[in-house]
Amino acid sequence: MIGYVLEVAQAALALLLAPGVVGLIRWMKARLQNRRGAPVWQPYRELAKLFQKEVVVSNNASWLFRAAPFVVFGSAVTVTLFVPILAVPLPFDGVGDLLVVVYLLLLGTFFLSLAGLDPGSPFGGMGASREMTIAALAEPTVALAIFALALSAGSTNLGQIVARTMSHPGAALSPGHLLAFLALFIVALAETGRLPIDNPATHLELTMIHEAMVLEYSGRYLALIEWAAAVKLLVFFSLLGNLFVPAGISMALTPATLAIAVVTLLAKFAVLAGAVAILETRIAKLRLFRVPELLSVSFVLGLLAVTSSFLLR
Amino acid sequence: MTLLFGLMVTGYAFGAVAAALSPNDRAARLLTASGTVVGGGAGLAVAFGHFASGAPLALEAPALLSIADGLAFRVDALGAFFLALVGLVAVPCGIYGAGYSAAYEGRYSLRFLGAMLNLFLLTMSLVPVAGNVLTFLLMWEGMSLTSYFLVMTEANEPDTVQAGGWYLAMTHGGLALVLAAFLLLAGGAATTSFADLRTAAATLSPATRNAVFLLAVLGFGSKAGIVPLHVWLPRAHPAAPSHVSALMSAVMIKLGVYGLLRVGLDLLSGGPAWWGALLIGLGGLSAVLGVLYALMENDLKRLLAYSSVENIGLVFIGVGTGFLSLSLGAVPAAMLALSAGLYHALNHAAFKGLLFLGAGSVLHATHTRDMNRLGGLIRRLPWTALFFLIGSLAIAGLPPLNGFVSEWLLFQSLLPGIGSSAPLVAPLMTLAVGVLALTGGLAAAGFVKAFGITFLAIPRSPAAEHAHEAPGSMRMGMGILAVACAGLGLAAVPIMSGLGSILAGHAGLAATTPRLGGLSLSMPGAVGQMSPTLVALGLVVATAGVWIGVRLFARGPGLRVDETWGCGRIAQTPRMEYTSTAFAEPLRRVFAGLYRPTKDLSIDFHPESRYFVQSIEYRSEIVPWFERYLYAPVIARVRWWAIGTRAIQSGSVHAYLTYLVLALLGLLVVLLVQGA
Repeated sequence: MIGYVLEVAQAALALLLAPGVVGLIRWMKARLQNRRGAPVWQPYRELAKLFQKEVVVSNNASWLFRAAPFVVFGSAVTVTLFVPILAVPLPFDGVGDLLVVVYLLLLGTFFLSLAGLDPGSPFGGMGASREMTIAALAEPTVALAIFALALSAGSTNLGQIVARTMSHPGAALSPGHLLAFLALFIVALAETGRLPIDNPATHLELTMIHEAMVLEYSGRYLALIEWAAAVKLLVFFSLLGNLFVPAGISMALTPATLAIAVVTLLAKFAVLAGAVAILETRIAKLRLFRVPELLSVSFVLGLLAVTSSFLLR
Repeated sequence: MTLLFGLMVTGYAFGAVAAALSPNDRAARLLTASGTVVGGGAGLAVAFGHFASGAPLALEAPALLSIADGLAFRVDALGAFFLALVGLVAVPCGIYGAGYSAAYEGRYSLRFLGAMLNLFLLTMSLVPVAGNVLTFLLMWEGMSLTSYFLVMTEANEPDTVQAGGWYLAMTHGGLALVLAAFLLLAGGAATTSFADLRTAAATLSPATRNAVFLLAVLGFGSKAGIVPLHVWLPRAHPAAPSHVSALMSAVMIKLGVYGLLRVGLDLLSGGPAWWGALLIGLGGLSAVLGVLYALMENDLKRLLAYSSVENIGLVFIGVGTGFLSLSLGAVPAAMLALSAGLYHALNHAAFKGLLFLGAGSVLHATHTRDMNRLGGLIRRLPWTALFFLIGSLAIAGLPPLNGFVSEWLLFQSLLPGIGSSAPLVAPLMTLAVGVLALTGGLAAAGFVKAFGITFLAIPRSPAAEHAHEAPGSMRMGMGILAVACAGLGLAAVPIMSGLGSILAGHAGLAATTPRLGGLSLSMPGAVGQMSPTLVALGLVVATAGVWIGVRLFARGPGLRVDETWGCGRIAQTPRMEYTSTAFAEPLRRVFAGLYRPTKDLSIDFHPESRYFVQSIEYRSEIVPWFERYLYAPVIARVRWWAIGTRAIQSGSVHAYLTYLVLALLGLLVVLLVQGA
């Protein structure tokens, strides 16, 4: 029973924390760039405001445009049920594995791309086309990174991968894990629309990918999409933080270990957010047609990860 | 059972005869459909009767064509699976066809179409239950010929005639190879019944077994549409009437897989590891090239046809992994991979059937298949749009529909191979994982394009603007398959245990039952577990919960419908939209090494000043590698030979009689020499 309660609590925590993680990256980035920056809780204010605002929908848009934000958010919520955030093993570990997580996120991308095409705006089409291109090219890397982990854990289920790394702490530093971490990190940047693949702060439509796709959204629909994007970022951070460095995650499900889990989770998020903020300050956006090169680098990293996991089992 | 089998044959035969003799076009359409539905339904009943009782049904008529053991039918589990596949798609396509073919009234003969459709389905249903070589080949050839005539339905279109030519040539090339494979197999057998061939196959030399397998891969692969033998498929499937396209893509190409399994798994009981590796290689090539060519298509039905090449590639990856695992002695892994392959074949039948019917409904409404002239159909064809969306989600392998479940299982079946210590297996499997994932991602992009460009945004032509929804019969046909797409995903656990018992017994595969952890799919040999039902439930509950939550707590001040924002432009026209070509442009550039796009830009300047442009014409084409470098030389050589043989064809009967006498004399001389 406690497992189910934790499962729901964990999903709720993910939803609540997600905008904060985005705010943290923005704040750190501002500090690194010698700006004062908005406070960490600014994204919460934005979401609250957006939920209160009027919705403007294009006269070309169909029901799909209005349904897509709910599907996108719904799939993000479902994903949080399967990702190890605070504790393992949880009862839903056997319901969905890492492949389910990846394909649920792809479902969100699929609907968002359709919604980008729906209003008939050239920007939406441009965003949709680019987003699907990048999503498609990122897919092989994700699969290989998953398999590199699964090979040493003997399972694609997240709970078991975490449990295995917990019982073999040395595995976290094995070349297979490190390479898979790098591969998945690049993919996480691509999938969540961060620099150098996409610039979340851009104001120029022609360089947008994710932002161009959701250009027609406003009000509560935009709020849902922004929130879901933040949840997606948090999901990738949890995967990177907990699959590769599971230290701190609660396996006993007692209040004390859970408290430790919350603290270490926040610390991991802060480290990852700091890494993204430094990266986004240091490097510029890649030209769109240089992105496949970066993704093929991550694919090769994934390939090497599987190979070394295989050789060093 | 025998009664149901008889009902199936009579149903189709009645449909064929009644359609041919019907008094008018309307009656022909209805009689065709009734025969198809009765035949397909009875076929399904035969298959499920066999699954339920397990009793094999054997019908023999050795007196008919007694020189080659006569006609024999035998329903076993493997055959019943493919019989069910035919029935599953035949029933909705029959219902759909009744409405769809109304557009042919007065233009093409509906009597002929109806008769051919039912004969096609009859022969296609009898292929997997054929009990000996003669019956198999007769039904196989019947299926090929009737489908050729169906492809040729719209014979007034020049493209159709060309497509028919390609199809006829490829299918008969395939038949010759299949025939050769069976001749080699039957070398040591007393009769040509499959049971005798199976016992005889054990005594064949390894070289003969390899030759039989290779011939079977090429022969059945040409029917399945495996690269590089796929060239007929994107031509012939789109040219046929849409419900026939659905049947060809959803069912007929699967019989190529059936043939391969019957020969490779059942009769030869598996073979060396390279058999599996060959199938994985061919499958991977077909999957990636199929989806890459699908992405570049602007013709909706051709896009779907190329996507069939992709999906048959995925099935081959599963089957190949099965053969490979079998040769390594990993029986649970082999079972998992083969079941995953068959499951994907079943799922592909449902969603590709649905998508072709949807494309047919678009064609019916707008008279065009060019996506650059479509758009905005979701408002004019709401039902078709919904069904097509379901099909697109399923084929893109997205949860919670059936395509996702079989792709997940395919992924799972590759993982044990990565851990294998046999040489070269691990790298092969790792590459296969990459191929599978890339194919899945590109398929998602392709179907965002197919659905988004066709159904969303502003209509790009008057035809799309004035489109009309399909009639009830067509909607019903699509509806049945849409429900099947959802149901086949949710019922993953019983389906996988069913597939396990179908495959059990072949080539030493022991029956494995899924470990049923509640609703979770946890297969022996697999390394992960997943519950399609609970994932679907979670998704539905989460999405509905969000919707209710937003309605309750965040209604906001309302909703305003206004123009699309456009950077200050005055009015929006369809010409500003992204087109099908534009959508695929980034991928065209990423994979430029394969496509080698040609660019042809001609700008017509204003005579007064070069700063003003009157018109711009941009043309870009991709290199058809296989047609240009593989088939063109072969066709040129065949043509050269054909022209050469023209010399002895004078048209005079006397000359031909002389040839006959000369040939006879030649044979006698040969006999004389041999006898001496």
